[in-house]
Amino acid sequence: MTDTADVIIVGAGHNGLTCAAYLARAGMQVICLESAPQPGGLSAKRSFGEHYRLPGLAHWSYPLSPTLCRELELERFGYVPGKPADTVVLDRSAGPLTLGGNSVSGESLSRQDAAEYPRFRDQYLEFAKVLRPVLKNRPPRLKDSDSRDKRTLARLGWDLRFGLGRDKMGEFLRVAGMNIFDLLNDTFSDERLKAAIAVDAVMGNGMGPRTPGSVLTWLTRLAAELNGGPVLYDGGTSDIVAPLTQSAQSAGATIRCDARVERIVVENGRAGGVVLENGERLTAACIVSSADPRTTFLSLVGAPRLDAMFARRVAQIRGAGVVAKLHLGLDGLPAFDGVEASQPDRRFLIGPSMRYVERAFNPVKYGEYSDEPVLEITLPSVNNPDLAPAGQHVMSVNVAYIPYKLKAGWESGKTALFDTLIALLERYAPGLRSQIVAHECLTPADIEAGYLAGEGHWHHGELALHQSLMLRPVHGAAQYDTPVENLYLCGAGCHPGGDLTGLPGQNAAWRILETDVSR
Amino acid sequence: MSIDRQHFRLALATTPFTGRIEALSKTENWTAWNSYKVPRVVDNLSTEYFAVRSGCSVMDMTPMEKYRIRGSDALAFLDRLLTRDLSKLRTGRVSYVVWCNDEGKLIDDGTVFQLGEQDYRLCSQHHQLDWLRLSAAGFDVDIETETHEIAALAVQGPTSYSVLTAAGVTGLDTLRPFDVRETRLGDIPVTVSRTGYTGDLGYELWVAPEHALALWDAVFAIQGLYDIHVIGLDALEMVRVEAGFIMPGFDFNTAETTVRDGYARSPYEVGLSWVVNLDKGHFTGRRALMAEKAAPPRRRLTKLVVDGNKPVGEAFIYARKRGRQIGEVKVAVWSPILKANLALADIELKKGRFPDTLWARIDYQRELKWHSAWEPCRVSTKPFYSPEHRSATPPEAC
Repeated sequence: MTDTADVIIVGAGHNGLTCAAYLARAGMQVICLESAPQPGGLSAKRSFGEHYRLPGLAHWSYPLSPTLCRELELERFGYVPGKPADTVVLDRSAGPLTLGGNSVSGESLSRQDAAEYPRFRDQYLEFAKVLRPVLKNRPPRLKDSDSRDKRTLARLGWDLRFGLGRDKMGEFLRVAGMNIFDLLNDTFSDERLKAAIAVDAVMGNGMGPRTPGSVLTWLTRLAAELNGGPVLYDGGTSDIVAPLTQSAQSAGATIRCDARVERIVVENGRAGGVVLENGERLTAACIVSSADPRTTFLSLVGAPRLDAMFARRVAQIRGAGVVAKLHLGLDGLPAFDGVEASQPDRRFLIGPSMRYVERAFNPVKYGEYSDEPVLEITLPSVNNPDLAPAGQHVMSVNVAYIPYKLKAGWESGKTALFDTLIALLERYAPGLRSQIVAHECLTPADIEAGYLAGEGHWHHGELALHQSLMLRPVHGAAQYDTPVENLYLCGAGCHPGGDLTGLPGQNAAWRILETDVSR
Repeated sequence: MSIDRQHFRLALATTPFTGRIEALSKTENWTAWNSYKVPRVVDNLSTEYFAVRSGCSVMDMTPMEKYRIRGSDALAFLDRLLTRDLSKLRTGRVSYVVWCNDEGKLIDDGTVFQLGEQDYRLCSQHHQLDWLRLSAAGFDVDIETETHEIAALAVQGPTSYSVLTAAGVTGLDTLRPFDVRETRLGDIPVTVSRTGYTGDLGYELWVAPEHALALWDAVFAIQGLYDIHVIGLDALEMVRVEAGFIMPGFDFNTAETTVRDGYARSPYEVGLSWVVNLDKGHFTGRRALMAEKAAPPRRRLTKLVVDGNKPVGEAFIYARKRGRQIGEVKVAVWSPILKANLALADIELKKGRFPDTLWARIDYQRELKWHSAWEPCRVSTKPFYSPEHRSATPPEAC
């Protein structure tokens, strides 16, 4: 086994793999080190109970960008774009509401709302398009900017003024800093519809619909949706892992699993290698970390090897995870109230109104959780029967908002959480409790322990305005290079942030290639 | 000394020595230093100045910020904080140090006293607890403010050795410059260091507040031609400029209080390259300082001797008479002992060099009417005043 390379990538999640594939294709010798037994990170396959498997902790995503698919030849390596999935908001009194693409339908939906929805979506997709050049490039520096920074800024300015036109630009600037609660109340009357949009705006972040900046987080999500709406992969999100892995390997990258990096070796302000948990030492001219910035700088590098204020900024990154994960092995399909049994390959939401979502959010600020959390449910075994024994199913549930640090402590608090969730599910799918054969409940603390994502945060740090663009993850490391020479970041903690986009990995690779790493 | 609970009723805190100084004060000319009441002038500025240069000056330096730094990572912590290599410091020694922010700009300067293994005292001009705490992340280190717990007295001047010895402070004959030692004055434990801010022979004495007056009284009880005077900050300002010592926050703006781009200063820019060690391993600001060092210096806080006898005050500096302004005087004093106008001036360099000529435009008043004078200036690379008796061990007895 080789112990030197041009580049060592820490972590083989989808961003680490994307970065590895790009760098290997550019002719660099790449070793990608993964602590888990298999690559994929939050998209890696997982099993629970004796007979149940899950295709990844992340259970849905937006399609990968066509550029990424083309440049990494993902289709050659078996990438099949997932199937668009409708979203169904469950509501026990008003009945379910179904959203798909630009259409919305459901009992008691007003004609005005049904007519307004496509117009509203078009307008916000147009806004999201304006942000796209910024998201697909490294975030521009405002001070000491180079020609590429200036080009990105000029493009943003041009698209705002001339792409949107004066009136729409005015509207964009009006809403960009707003919260989604006010915006949606201005626009729609249907509570279920407003809640469905609001949940997409805040899911994964420690924010409620009324938190300032929630329009911007929604726009970032819409920017990913420009590639297509939410999709469910047949094999789950791990369907993107195998093609990325093969694309990287075919270009010569080595991917080593069960190789947990304990320390990034930094001497005199320069990174030159890593030390694994087993004491093995590997050296490289360039170290790229897809671990979250707090783990990278404070655990792997160590604050003493950084400048004091930079270390302070990293330590202050806001990013306590607020989403728990519930996995159920069921002896049959659950029956959601009012939903036809023939439509199980949907994304189901329990969060019937924005007030419900906001109330679910409030207690998490104090280390507690609501009796009625927001649930986002998929049934991966519907499209992939291999995940469960014949005739049985697995249910994958994102649970918001669950604190990383429970006031009472998770050691004693987990059973109560499970009971709360099952009681809530039972109200929407009567009889579910008796269908449960196996279960697994992962708090944000469990997600941190299992996936090494700091404080169990999906996005490796909140997608708040003060942690976006040239401030993501922090000032001084926002263009993928860091104050530590030869150390780069390529994970979700970087611009443009989380979700399964591969963009941080791609941008980081471009950044590394435009810098001479052999210096 | 813990502050009594009524301290908020006063705008300024008092030190254990304040009562003694109040009794001696003829001018009632007071000012604030770190929120303590301290004299600018006690009696007469000339008397106080000459006490430093030819007698024995006594100054209350209790308001100096003092931090105790202990723990298994104390040395590692200080080496990451400070620009100087502290691994060479030994117990019983003191080092002049500066520290920078991430951009390599000066936050403050001070002295580090190594009191034992992994046991240090850091003295600084300005309050630093927040920066020290912030810098402590990742280190096993305990940082305590000692400013209010230790009374400090600077005894400085050519006769200071004789005065302190006569007062009963033992062990001074073997105390070299930058040594610090535990000693006694009768029954009182006293920490004494051969350090100071005057550029003359002198000592700093550190005692528990309850012993402060015993120390004071022992010094002032000495009879004879030692010329012992308590001094204020105005005399200190004169002698520190003569000695070429800088004062952060006065000669340049400290980094963490600077808002405007380009207004903070690096160690190189204030002439302190000798306290920066880029080879000792990582410290805060190292990356920025390495980049700065790679390019020719752009400005320098410079010691200037200004011709003539006009009070320099706040003058601008020019490369040619009536030419382009390239600098400004930050502090200037008339030196009675050198009979010269001395100044510290912030001057722009061209390709890393001083211009061939330097001129100061001095604006001054005669009977309330303003006049301008152009005076040539000379750069001084050494301290203006550094007497031989300053560093002799044992010092000459008087």
